[in-house]
Amino acid sequence: MKPDLSTRYLGFRLRNPFVVSASPLGRDLDRLLLLEAAGAAAVVLPSLFEEQIEHDSMLVHTTMEHGTESFPEALSYLPEMSSYNTGPERYLSLITRARESLRVPVIASLNGASPGGWTSYARRMQDAGASALELNVYFVAADMDETSEQVERRYLDIVAEVRRTITIPLAVKIGPFFSSTANMARRIVDAGADGLVVFNRFYQPDIDLENLVVVPDLKLSTAVELRLPLRWIAILHSRVKASLAATTGVHDHFGAIKLLLVGADVTMTASALLIHGPGWIESAIAGLGEWMVEHEYTSVEQLKGSMSWRGAPNPAAFERANYMETLASYEVPR
Amino acid sequence: MQRPVVTVDGNEAAAYIAHRLSEVVAIYPITPASAMGELADAWTAAGKPNLWGDIPTVIEMQSEAGAAGTLHGALQSGALTTTFTASQGLLLMLPNMFKIAGELSPTVIHVAARTIATHALSIFGDHSDVMTARTTGFALLASASVQEAQDLAAVAHAATLETRIPFLHFFDGFRTSHEVGKIERLTDDDLRALIDAGAIAAHRSRALDPEQPVLRGSAQNPDVYFQAREACNRFYDAVPGIVTTVLQRLEALVGRRYGLFDYRGHPEAERVIVVMGSAVGAVEETVDALVARGEKVGVVIVRLYRPFAADAFLATLPTSARVVAVLDRTKEPGASGEPLLQDVATVLAGAAADGRAMPRIIGGRYGLSSKEFTPAMVKAVFDEAALPQPRPRFTVGILDDVTGLSLDVDPSFRAEPPGVVGALFYGLGSDGTVGANKNTVKIIGEHTPQFAQGYFVYDSKKSGSITVSHLRFSPVPIRSTYLVDSASFIGCHQFGLLATIDLLSRAADGATLLINTPYGAATWDRMPVEAQRQIIEKKMRVFGIDADAVAKEAGLGGRVNTVLQTGFFVLSNLLPPDEAVMAIKDSIRKTYGRRGEAVLDRNFRAVDGARAALFEIVVPEAATGLVHMRPPVIGAAPEFVRTVTGEIIAGRGDLLPVSAMPIDGTFPTGTSQWEKRSIADEIPVWDADICIDCGRCALVCPHAAIRIAYVDESALAGAPAGYPHRATVGKDFPGKRLVIQVAPDDCTGCSVCADICPARSKELVKHKALDMTPKDTVLERERERFDYFLTLPPIDRREVAIATLKGSQALQPLFEFSGACSGCGETPYLKLITQLFGDRLVVANATGCSSIYGGNLPTTPWSVDAQGRGPAWSNSLFEDNAEFGLGLRLGADARHTAAVRVLRGLRGILGDELVEGLIAADQTTEAGIFDQRTRVAAARERLEALGTAEAVEALPLLDGLIRKSVWIVGGDGWAYDIGFGGLDHVISAGRDVNILVLDTEVYSNTGGQASKATPRGAVAKFASAGKSSGKKDLGMIAMAYGNVYVAQIAMGANMTQTVKALAEAESYPGPSLVIAYSPCIAHGFDLAKMMGHQKDAAASGYWPLYRFDPRLAASEDKPFALDSRPPTMPFKEFAAAEARFSMLAGADPERSEELLKAGQEDIDERRRYYEQLAGLERGLPGDEVTV
Repeated sequence: MKPDLSTRYLGFRLRNPFVVSASPLGRDLDRLLLLEAAGAAAVVLPSLFEEQIEHDSMLVHTTMEHGTESFPEALSYLPEMSSYNTGPERYLSLITRARESLRVPVIASLNGASPGGWTSYARRMQDAGASALELNVYFVAADMDETSEQVERRYLDIVAEVRRTITIPLAVKIGPFFSSTANMARRIVDAGADGLVVFNRFYQPDIDLENLVVVPDLKLSTAVELRLPLRWIAILHSRVKASLAATTGVHDHFGAIKLLLVGADVTMTASALLIHGPGWIESAIAGLGEWMVEHEYTSVEQLKGSMSWRGAPNPAAFERANYMETLASYEVPR
Repeated sequence: MQRPVVTVDGNEAAAYIAHRLSEVVAIYPITPASAMGELADAWTAAGKPNLWGDIPTVIEMQSEAGAAGTLHGALQSGALTTTFTASQGLLLMLPNMFKIAGELSPTVIHVAARTIATHALSIFGDHSDVMTARTTGFALLASASVQEAQDLAAVAHAATLETRIPFLHFFDGFRTSHEVGKIERLTDDDLRALIDAGAIAAHRSRALDPEQPVLRGSAQNPDVYFQAREACNRFYDAVPGIVTTVLQRLEALVGRRYGLFDYRGHPEAERVIVVMGSAVGAVEETVDALVARGEKVGVVIVRLYRPFAADAFLATLPTSARVVAVLDRTKEPGASGEPLLQDVATVLAGAAADGRAMPRIIGGRYGLSSKEFTPAMVKAVFDEAALPQPRPRFTVGILDDVTGLSLDVDPSFRAEPPGVVGALFYGLGSDGTVGANKNTVKIIGEHTPQFAQGYFVYDSKKSGSITVSHLRFSPVPIRSTYLVDSASFIGCHQFGLLATIDLLSRAADGATLLINTPYGAATWDRMPVEAQRQIIEKKMRVFGIDADAVAKEAGLGGRVNTVLQTGFFVLSNLLPPDEAVMAIKDSIRKTYGRRGEAVLDRNFRAVDGARAALFEIVVPEAATGLVHMRPPVIGAAPEFVRTVTGEIIAGRGDLLPVSAMPIDGTFPTGTSQWEKRSIADEIPVWDADICIDCGRCALVCPHAAIRIAYVDESALAGAPAGYPHRATVGKDFPGKRLVIQVAPDDCTGCSVCADICPARSKELVKHKALDMTPKDTVLERERERFDYFLTLPPIDRREVAIATLKGSQALQPLFEFSGACSGCGETPYLKLITQLFGDRLVVANATGCSSIYGGNLPTTPWSVDAQGRGPAWSNSLFEDNAEFGLGLRLGADARHTAAVRVLRGLRGILGDELVEGLIAADQTTEAGIFDQRTRVAAARERLEALGTAEAVEALPLLDGLIRKSVWIVGGDGWAYDIGFGGLDHVISAGRDVNILVLDTEVYSNTGGQASKATPRGAVAKFASAGKSSGKKDLGMIAMAYGNVYVAQIAMGANMTQTVKALAEAESYPGPSLVIAYSPCIAHGFDLAKMMGHQKDAAASGYWPLYRFDPRLAASEDKPFALDSRPPTMPFKEFAAAEARFSMLAGADPERSEELLKAGQEDIDERRRYYEQLAGLERGLPGDEVTV
């Protein structure tokens, strides 16, 4: 008998646990249709960035104003356009078109770092038809005067503000760099999150050695990166009242199975899709099904969380002991 | 019926009607009329229909001549057609205007009347242009205000159709075209009621159509031409009557009454002024004031100037008039009187012959080039008319101490009606003051029953320019067509302006002053004592606000406009403060709403922050300041600069008498060095220790504010303590010390030098050999150092390999400290040619940016070296520059030929050796030129000593023996469009001229209209949907001749190639064309990154670098060298960095995508073609047959 691959995430019944994560893959509708046809159970659209909206509109503003009303023959230098599309309009239109064309849930993604006017975009995403919202709080706490408590408060305020703004399901994508990740996860859920997406991968700076400048760079994930969400999903499973999505490092169905085992409701993939194309989902679904048959699992629901912190035979391995043993397994070079 | 009330300027008022009532609009940019074409183009691009539901076709032409030709053709096809122009543009339309009128084709040309260039160009307003059209057969209809610019535009369109006589509808450039005022807009119903549909049908029925073929435009002979010319007379006879009926229809619709001539004043006036245009407002105010005093004065306002309706004029002019003073805003040297005067005199003389009492008729010139025309001047005219023997011809508004024509004016006379509130705002262009004030006028005009007027004065600099906004608010319509001279509110939006401009001289007693100040409670002590005294004397209240801090806090950088606008509203009480804040936010939403929420949020924050930041400054009883206003020029300046240039800089140019002015437009060069504008916030500071002596910083500096010297160590003996210098790097200047110095008061802070500087500290990577540094922290030190730098000995040009990057930068630039935009992409090339050839350079400069920053008073950047030699510069026109430059070459050659002839006759005196040396000199090197100058000096010495007739004849010819380098300089608007025919002819003529095209790919000077150099996919004015066609390949067209040196260069992409190409072009003994990539504000990117961006332009293949040298063809080599490598960057990536491309991607992504794709294909194809050319051998075309 074919195993039941369906799963629940953010209240949706999904046909399988493979979700396309927020990435450039979601920028155009044609590709989204291909991904759906290949079996994607839901899609997260690329993020709308708070900074980008601000930056684009201020850039248009300063460019349009530069040199104006200074010289009698040239009171301006560029024609005013009927629209600059610096705001979220194009993104909102993508949501609407995706919802009209796709049968699977379309999850909008909003990326920001401060409470404020931009959270109103969440409402506009809902109005545009988003099935759910993934809130991506990306923030590097570089201010020497800002305490960890203040940083945490910032997260919670944002989540609460967005929660107040929308009625659709809300997932929050977090990073792993909290002093107390488990505690923060619970407080974020308490603030209104219906789901947690672990973890965000940050653009990390690189250095151009020829020009000696810092350049932002995003490398595709590798399979080994799966370990971090694996640990934290295991720890959080059934201990927070929220859906759990695992993202980062899902490069084959084996990785996905591991994440499901520790308690993920869905696994999210971008890098593997960027490398292999939409067909990857098809083979991952097949691989999951085969593995389940081979290992006599009848449903994903049965599989989910069976090896979480609560269910694993050696849960301490998810905690500090794991770290010590790993180190000990290396031989010190002589 | 309630009609919409709008607050617009005169250009918009007229253009609105023109677009509503036209099917075809042929346009070309020219100040101050450009905005009419821009608006028409934008409305069409936005799909706005005309009165009949069709979207008018708007087409930009290559010149006004082209626009007129298109106008003529479209009329012959039966279309309702219009155009807009001014000044020289109107002159270019004249030939077609005769044709259009001769064929009785109804059309309207809307003219923002502007001065014709004579001894100087002027962009400002008078009637010298429209007066040249008097003979064309067009009817001339004059509007005197913004409201009239709309109303009479509609009247002109209606009347032309009914009369078949084409109309020239004009209003005064700037004073009306740019004045913002509250007007009642005509509705579509009004327009339908005005326009005779039958007349439109009749016009269409006359269209050239093969279905009813006719011939129009025949050639005629003496037998019939004259009679045929008279055949149109009855149509002209009918014009006054028809215009009168149209005016009556308008009055019936809207209640505003206009006549062909209107009279205002005492019913039995003895002294009457006749005037037209914007001066009417000032004259009316004065007449009202004088009549109220019991004086018998009046004014006849001329609206339909041509055909001049004699009967209507006589009916309007009171028979009581004893003296009629006719005022003309134009000058016709040598005429018995100016044109309006002559018309009036002719009519009155005819009437006198019929028995009407003949008044004394006097005529005066006023207001040339927007010279102020105030009630005080009007009164001076009436006063003159009251004299027993008034001067028959006079001027008013200037002091003519040469011919004594000017009237004395009592400046204390004022005629502004009570209840008018005047406000003045002094700011910088970059702080947004003018934009906010335009919104203020709109707010008052549209939110209150008050009338509002805004007029804006800009200086002639493109960087760091100062703006003065003149605002009036009044319960009755405002007729004050002159600057605010008694303001109850003064806004000083930049604290530094207190030290440079006497901005309180126009403050009324008890006025309020709002200062943008960072000094809080210490503000008073920081103010110049001259300002303090006026504040105390005039009992002013003073308020402060740190607008920069508020704007910065709100995330708006230096845009302090909305902060200070809020301050004005709070202090002025024109609206309740809360209502005012709401209105300001509403206007911000309207102005910036499309740009995004962030822009609105930040501006709203600035508005909210402003109220809390406002504070009052306590004014003590006595001036206590230690600071004084800065003199306009530094003390060492020559007398002319101090007494004339300095007065202009100080804003007192209006007070200079005629005797102070050069008689023929000739001015000294080298004057920008005396005008220390000190506009930069940050300047580069040199770290000698890490400098690698590459020379790039000086090369790229658009303002010649970074200087390089290579000197012997001994020359530095008297240097100030700590004066930085270092050993040179490389082999170019062995044993010398390198000095790099910033001119701290001349730098504009563009930071192009620091951006390009490749030398970084090993310990702190962000530290470069040139770092931008807050000017205040280093100003005094750098001033001392720059003064010392100027004393260093210049390098001997003979010792320098000038055609190299480093060599060129060792030479003194003779183009310095221009008022071009900060980071200008053009000026580095001009500066470079002055370094290479400046001491023997003759420049023909097409009108455009380069003629403005090069030749607009008060100062010029064209300079002189220590021997007093330097570029000789002239601007003829826009369209004729290549021909003008060719003329300079031919003239120089003729002078050389004459010199050789005369010298041959002087062998006996000068000796064979000297004469032969002078005639056969090899001047291809700096040493050769030096030797020739030495020979010329020797010859001069001997001839001056001789003093014979033949010696005297020879002396003025001697300098003609020194090789001249003739450069024809201009922008792409000139080279690709309006001047292309001439450029093509000049390069075909084979003469030794060098053409430098500063290609900004738009008409930069008039505000970024598309030219044929504009690339596909770029947004520009007149191409707001993105230019659909590709850029013209001017270089390839020139190359087709085979014997023209052609190069395409981009300094930032390849500095060595740039220097080399310019040197090769100059050395080539025939015509040379160098096309230089010149980034501009209109490209929409940070010009500080200009040089790196040019590199990307070449790397993407967008701007290929090449040189085509016919000398290589002569040696049967491959003459075309493709200097740029195959593209390594997609065009899309390059384009994304420029707003002119990326804006379209935002507004219309699909079209942008298509255009960028086509743009990439253009690049690929061009590369493929050029690569093939680079492999071709080519011979020269055959020599000109001279036998």
